[in-house]
Amino acid sequence: MASISSNLLFIAFILYLAATLFYGGSIKVKKDSNEKKTTTKWGQIAVLLTIIGFISQLGYFITRWIASGHAPVSNMFEFTTFFGMALVGAFIVIYFIYRTTLLGLFTMPVALLIIAYASMFPRDISPLIPALQSYWLYIHVTTAAIGEAILAISFAAGLIYLVKAIDQTKSDLQTFWLEIVMFTLVTVLGFVVVSSGFSAAGYHEKFNWIDKNDNQVTVDYTMPAITGPHKGELLTKGGFQPWVEMPAIVNAKKLNTVIWSLIGGLFLYSIIRLLLRKRIGAALKPLVKNVKLDFVDEISYRSVLIGFPVFTLGGLIFAMIWAQMAWSRFWGWDPKEVWALITWLFYAAFLHLRLSKGWHGKKSAWLGVIGFVIIMFNLVAVNLVIAGLHSYAGS
Amino acid sequence: MNDVKCECGHVNPHGTVLCEACGKILDEQADKNQLLDMRYEGSARRSQTYNKTIIDKIWNFFSSVKVGVWLIIITLIASALGTIFPQKMYIDQPPEVYYQQEYGTLGKIYYQLGFDDLYSSWWYLLLIAMIGISLVICSLDRVIPLYKALKAQKVTRHEGFLKRQRLFGVNSDAADKDLTLVKEQLQRKRYHIREENGNLLAEKGRFSRWGPYINHIGLIIFLIGTMMRFIPGMYVNENLWVREGETALVPETGEKFYIHNNKFILQTYDKNKDKTFAQALSKAGEVAKNYQSNVVLYEQSGKSLPGEKPKLKKVMDYKIRVNHPLSFDGYSIYQASFRSELSAMTFSLMNKQTNQTYGDVKIDLYNPKETYDLGKGYSVKILNYFPDFEFAKNGEPSTKSRDPNNPAFIFRMYTPDKPKGETSFVAIRQTIEPFGNNTYKMAFRGIDTKNVSGFVVRKDSSMWVIILGGIIFMIGVVQGSYWQHRRIWIQRKSGQVWIAGHTNKNWYGFKREIETVLAGTKLTMPEDQLQAGKNKEEG
Repeated sequence: MASISSNLLFIAFILYLAATLFYGGSIKVKKDSNEKKTTTKWGQIAVLLTIIGFISQLGYFITRWIASGHAPVSNMFEFTTFFGMALVGAFIVIYFIYRTTLLGLFTMPVALLIIAYASMFPRDISPLIPALQSYWLYIHVTTAAIGEAILAISFAAGLIYLVKAIDQTKSDLQTFWLEIVMFTLVTVLGFVVVSSGFSAAGYHEKFNWIDKNDNQVTVDYTMPAITGPHKGELLTKGGFQPWVEMPAIVNAKKLNTVIWSLIGGLFLYSIIRLLLRKRIGAALKPLVKNVKLDFVDEISYRSVLIGFPVFTLGGLIFAMIWAQMAWSRFWGWDPKEVWALITWLFYAAFLHLRLSKGWHGKKSAWLGVIGFVIIMFNLVAVNLVIAGLHSYAGS
Repeated sequence: MNDVKCECGHVNPHGTVLCEACGKILDEQADKNQLLDMRYEGSARRSQTYNKTIIDKIWNFFSSVKVGVWLIIITLIASALGTIFPQKMYIDQPPEVYYQQEYGTLGKIYYQLGFDDLYSSWWYLLLIAMIGISLVICSLDRVIPLYKALKAQKVTRHEGFLKRQRLFGVNSDAADKDLTLVKEQLQRKRYHIREENGNLLAEKGRFSRWGPYINHIGLIIFLIGTMMRFIPGMYVNENLWVREGETALVPETGEKFYIHNNKFILQTYDKNKDKTFAQALSKAGEVAKNYQSNVVLYEQSGKSLPGEKPKLKKVMDYKIRVNHPLSFDGYSIYQASFRSELSAMTFSLMNKQTNQTYGDVKIDLYNPKETYDLGKGYSVKILNYFPDFEFAKNGEPSTKSRDPNNPAFIFRMYTPDKPKGETSFVAIRQTIEPFGNNTYKMAFRGIDTKNVSGFVVRKDSSMWVIILGGIIFMIGVVQGSYWQHRRIWIQRKSGQVWIAGHTNKNWYGFKREIETVLAGTKLTMPEDQLQAGKNKEEG
């Protein structure tokens, strides 16, 4: 069952990848067809592939659930994969409201990156600790992820808006930050490429080191150590000698992974820039030529409107009900809780700015981007960097 | 202040921008060429009208959405600051030591700024309170005039009002049958239709306009609910440790409820049995599967005199597990933690030279006996018992607490060859013979442990208020997000048919709906004047 499950996930990934190419094709072909809302052949194939991929990933989800006996949303790999699936699902819903394949061209790569990122974490089926043994695990986590996924659509739409609206003939803060967003996406790809590369090569090196409580411990690096642990002593013969030694309070292994991802990202980004000979933002511009700014602005706003209540319900209300049952208090200022509150406050501010201050267009699009950054921070940094009740142990 | 009478005859309160009834522009300063600002229907808001007294100024400050957004953003940033390092409640060392030791200088500064307990700081609570005030005043400032304006609106609208709607179009003429068809199609789309002198107003989803105010009411109720726990008696949060086999009074229940702990159970996943998780378990090691206390809940029946043992009546058996608290009479008892305690120690009376033993002594650490008779003239007397042994400042042995964390004894061993007895001081890993060399000793044999269940006892009488607030908030936010207020005006003006449309959001869907409503008629789709203006600008 577990192997069927991972095969289905792999099939879904391939289908999403194919769909992305078809979305690209549907834009190119559209040029010569007349401007009306009819979806091109390529576009129809792309949507079909997306739906089949989604069903396949749903199959992954169900079979893994059967295999493990609990909904697969209990560790970093499972949750992030589910978030990717929810993003595709949210796109399918929004697509059938607005019928624009361009949104697919921007959403699917993000979903692909998220799923690829997820699969860099341990994929073992893990047991549930007592606090997680509750139906509320399924209800709370899935609803929160779906809410965040719908909110993420506003990021994709906002990106389209910015690519179209920002003047690429000059360089200013806007082109700079748009390019930073692009670079960040490339860096995630860099992380995936570098870690699967070293993992395929089976790279390992061990260190003895002294932690902040003066205990000697060993650590296993899966990438060559650029930043070595505090008073680290390389145990593996022929292993890579670290360039810099970190103090005990810094997690040298995680920092090392970040540095390698940045190297990978910079490398990929430079190649892309060499091939394109202009900013990624500028290179994407022809793709968005035919879309109306007001139209994507509305999609971006609408997805916040649809996602906000879902996120409130899943990320805050269901979360509080469960916390009350498991930990005897509905709110405990655990970092994950606080970041859910921050996400909620941010989108509340977004809605107020939009409704009362008239923040439409570029401002609104930038807010969509920042909102997604907050969601990702809550997913990645709060789980892996800030320790708390919600951190997925060991991954 | 003077009310303003519009040419249509409607009397508007002072400060009104658009006549509540016909929509004529009353504020002379409004730009004649721009599209109308339809927010709050151009109604007279207190904050936009009065600015003289202190109360006006405070009202205007808190009624500003700009201020509200700033409060939200400041709270957001403050909340984020609190997650940089763990909060005080999640650390198990004194904060003055912990932060500097774990995080160096930054940690020290963090602690000195009081960020270790940020969410209970006066300024954080002040921020939340200001958001609360802002919610109330913002809502009142808008909802009342908005309600009045929407209630007073007439079917026939002023020309200027129609012309300056975002969706507007003119048809030279229309056949009656076209208008009848449009009316039918509007009804099919569930529009509520009002007619007057051949003019028509189709409206739907007005209730969605109340969504924001309803969710703000929900939030206020929620915030009040969270504040209610500061009222004495509303909120109980106590830790309770109960040893296996013991009965304890449940705190803060007015000596009414008792809980007896039959057994504490800790289960872990087994690599060999839980095969699905074998791989994960081999990496993670021991993973807990269940924390459970089998308990009996008792209620005191009748009053007992002080010092008398309470008469207990059994209420129920229950297995308290994580996620499955025991709930009764507004209280909930949660499985929160556990620990193991020494419960008994066993010693053998032994001849130091021959290593021959003369019987075992098992000492119940909560209730040691004075003398243990081993028969045949051998016996052991406990002269003194220190459950939690330490040397006091004067060098005398003493005990820190009554819990047997580090038991020590002064024994007197009586044997046939030493009938007067020998004295020995025995603590963990140390034996002192204060009166010279003994012939016998108390040899350590083993320990018994007992589990102690750690419970949390909670009562939250304000919970229903919090739940009510949450439900009202969700209703309001769904109402405001998933529906929209749409209006279509079809009016005869100087022999033409004018069509104007307004929605508070989701213009794309609204335009498609108007297309279907006008389908099959000669009436043309009104133009999106905002879009048209933009297209001109964009070239």
